[in-house]
Amino acid sequence: MGRIEWAMWANEQALASGLILVTGGIVAVAAQFKGWPFAAYSIAAGVFVCLLEYPRGKRKKGSTMERCGQKYFTAVVKVFGPVTRNYYVRAILHAALAVPAGFLLSTILGMACLGIASAIYLLAAIRGEEWNPIEQKPQERPQVGGGTIKQPPTMPPPRPPVETRKKQPAEVAGQENPVPVAVEAE
Amino acid sequence: VLSSYSFYWFQGAAWLGLNVFLFVYYFLLFDRDKKFYYTRVLLGSALAWARASAKCLNFNSMLILLPVCRNLLSFLRGTCSCCRRTMRKQLDHNLTFHKLVAYAIALFTAVHIIAHLCNFEWYNDSQQAADGSLSSILSDLHQDEESNKWLNPIHSNSTVSTPAYVTFTTIPGLTGVIITVALILMVTSSMEFIRRSYFEVFWYTHHLFIIYFAGLVIHGIAGLVRGQTAESLNKHNPEHCAQDPTHWGGNNKHSHCEEPEFGSIPAEVSPSSVVVHPSKVLELQMHKKGFSMEVGQYIFINSPSVSRLEWHPFTLTSAPEEDFFSVHIRAVGDWTENLIDTFQQQKPKTPRIEVDGPFGTASEDVFQYEVAMLVGAGIGVTPFASVLKSIWYKFQHADQRLKTKKIYFYWLCRDTGAFAWFNDLLASLEQEMEESGKASFLNYRLFLTGWDNSIAGQAAFNFDKDTDVVTGLKQKTSFGRPRWSNEFSAVATAHPRSVVGVFLCGPQALAKSLQKCCHQYSSLDPRKVKFYFNKENF
Repeated sequence: MGRIEWAMWANEQALASGLILVTGGIVAVAAQFKGWPFAAYSIAAGVFVCLLEYPRGKRKKGSTMERCGQKYFTAVVKVFGPVTRNYYVRAILHAALAVPAGFLLSTILGMACLGIASAIYLLAAIRGEEWNPIEQKPQERPQVGGGTIKQPPTMPPPRPPVETRKKQPAEVAGQENPVPVAVEAE
Repeated sequence: VLSSYSFYWFQGAAWLGLNVFLFVYYFLLFDRDKKFYYTRVLLGSALAWARASAKCLNFNSMLILLPVCRNLLSFLRGTCSCCRRTMRKQLDHNLTFHKLVAYAIALFTAVHIIAHLCNFEWYNDSQQAADGSLSSILSDLHQDEESNKWLNPIHSNSTVSTPAYVTFTTIPGLTGVIITVALILMVTSSMEFIRRSYFEVFWYTHHLFIIYFAGLVIHGIAGLVRGQTAESLNKHNPEHCAQDPTHWGGNNKHSHCEEPEFGSIPAEVSPSSVVVHPSKVLELQMHKKGFSMEVGQYIFINSPSVSRLEWHPFTLTSAPEEDFFSVHIRAVGDWTENLIDTFQQQKPKTPRIEVDGPFGTASEDVFQYEVAMLVGAGIGVTPFASVLKSIWYKFQHADQRLKTKKIYFYWLCRDTGAFAWFNDLLASLEQEMEESGKASFLNYRLFLTGWDNSIAGQAAFNFDKDTDVVTGLKQKTSFGRPRWSNEFSAVATAHPRSVVGVFLCGPQALAKSLQKCCHQYSSLDPRKVKFYFNKENF
């Protein structure tokens, strides 16, 4: 349990909360429930949370699976430097964003989920995790032999001429054993 | 390979077909049925969306454990060591199905929640409206009385009563929120990335399914969504009466429209017969359309006049062959005492009862044994009322499913006071058997474990009498606990070549000793007598 990066789960939870906030908000606004301005707010808050949480941070150990098309979002989120890198900020931000959504039934679920995400982010921050962007690595030519071969050969190895290259007859399948092999009974 | 994939494809298609069928069937039911005409006036088609998705949620929640339980069981049993590769493929397929069902649950949850958001909002709007519209008239019906006939669950039009308030102060609302949060946490922690990288997060969080299922069972119980009761539909046809709501209830020569009355969907039953037995035992005999039961099952009962929110389980004491179903309720706590008092007061209208069920695994095995030894200890005698009655019915009608030729029934209790009704049942069975000349079919022994010297003295004094002094039955009462070794050896001697089924409803210690006797007295020779102890929980 010690190697868990809570931020990764908090990220999934926050992304889901954003979607739930948007959905709840749309329902309340479309059907014009009482108090729908709160719903309009939660649509905006939900969209913001989704945009912020979409780019996944880099894992400390191992490779991180990027979300589809996240490099554009990474570029934007990276710009804010310490504000987006620090998880304490995110925890407080999500908690603050969640509060107004609690005033309308349609968005209460979003509030609860975002609140939980905020709590998990707080846990991540306490354990010293940080958001690091996943950088694109430049394409390298794969090094053969781990970089010890300086001048790889350019011509194929010499082979005997075509006539001497016999094909094995179909009956003799497989190899010729140098040592006689006895077939054991079942 | 092709055939195995096409099997799984077929399974998926069957599942999808069932979902579609369930959804459409219940949608049309709630959208068209006259019972819900007035509910639809308040809620529109959001009612149908909510209920149809609820049925699909029930169906899928039932299914979702299936693919993973089997694997867990196999794993625990250790049978997968020999065919690892096929087991893994099987596991993969089952997990795929599990995920598919999970996505369906998530989808239907979303539909269900959105529909209920609309429902709560529109219930609230109707309650607040004072414009004399049909909605506001319907919402005001029966709000002040104690009876349970209202339509709109939002009762007062104070400002406190917002949809959010109703959600968090009702059982379905609160449980709904809790289980949805549990579901969302389970889903986010099972995203492939999290599962592969941080398996413990996924594993521990997924155990929230316990909360999900517990909450789901409770969620449906309170029945906030209501329809017009059958008897009300007889006096008030909504299609006809909805046009003129201001003239309901009065003596109107144009339209005889009484005020409509509503009840919740977990059925309302009016007890057809109420008997109060000695020692404060209440017997309720009820009818419900479409109710079918098996022996050994139980139902939940709620009585709004005693307590709006409490549901208590009671074993059914009637046999499936009877045209009513009954329970016997003993006064053991304040809910039962209040209930019995309510019935004893004999108000002009019998108190309303709501029933949910039947639940529990039926005990069909009882009928499969040639010889059955039934042991009921204390309150455990209740399911045997159902069993004995059912066996007797089947025997009389020469039911092919009944293989039983002889029953030995052992009734152990401290004193018969609280079970006098069972006493009467045995007496009537005894009489019926004598009349049909089959007196030897049932052999029962009663053991009073709470005896004292005066009772023993009485018994000794009345030794020669035909009927027992304590119970009035032909069989004499024995005092103290039975000596099982004697009983078993007597049965073994009487039926040297039979298979004997032993059924117990009672304490664990008794189960242990019975099981020991079963082993001891079963013959090693397969042609001779064999005792099988059945661990059925009634």
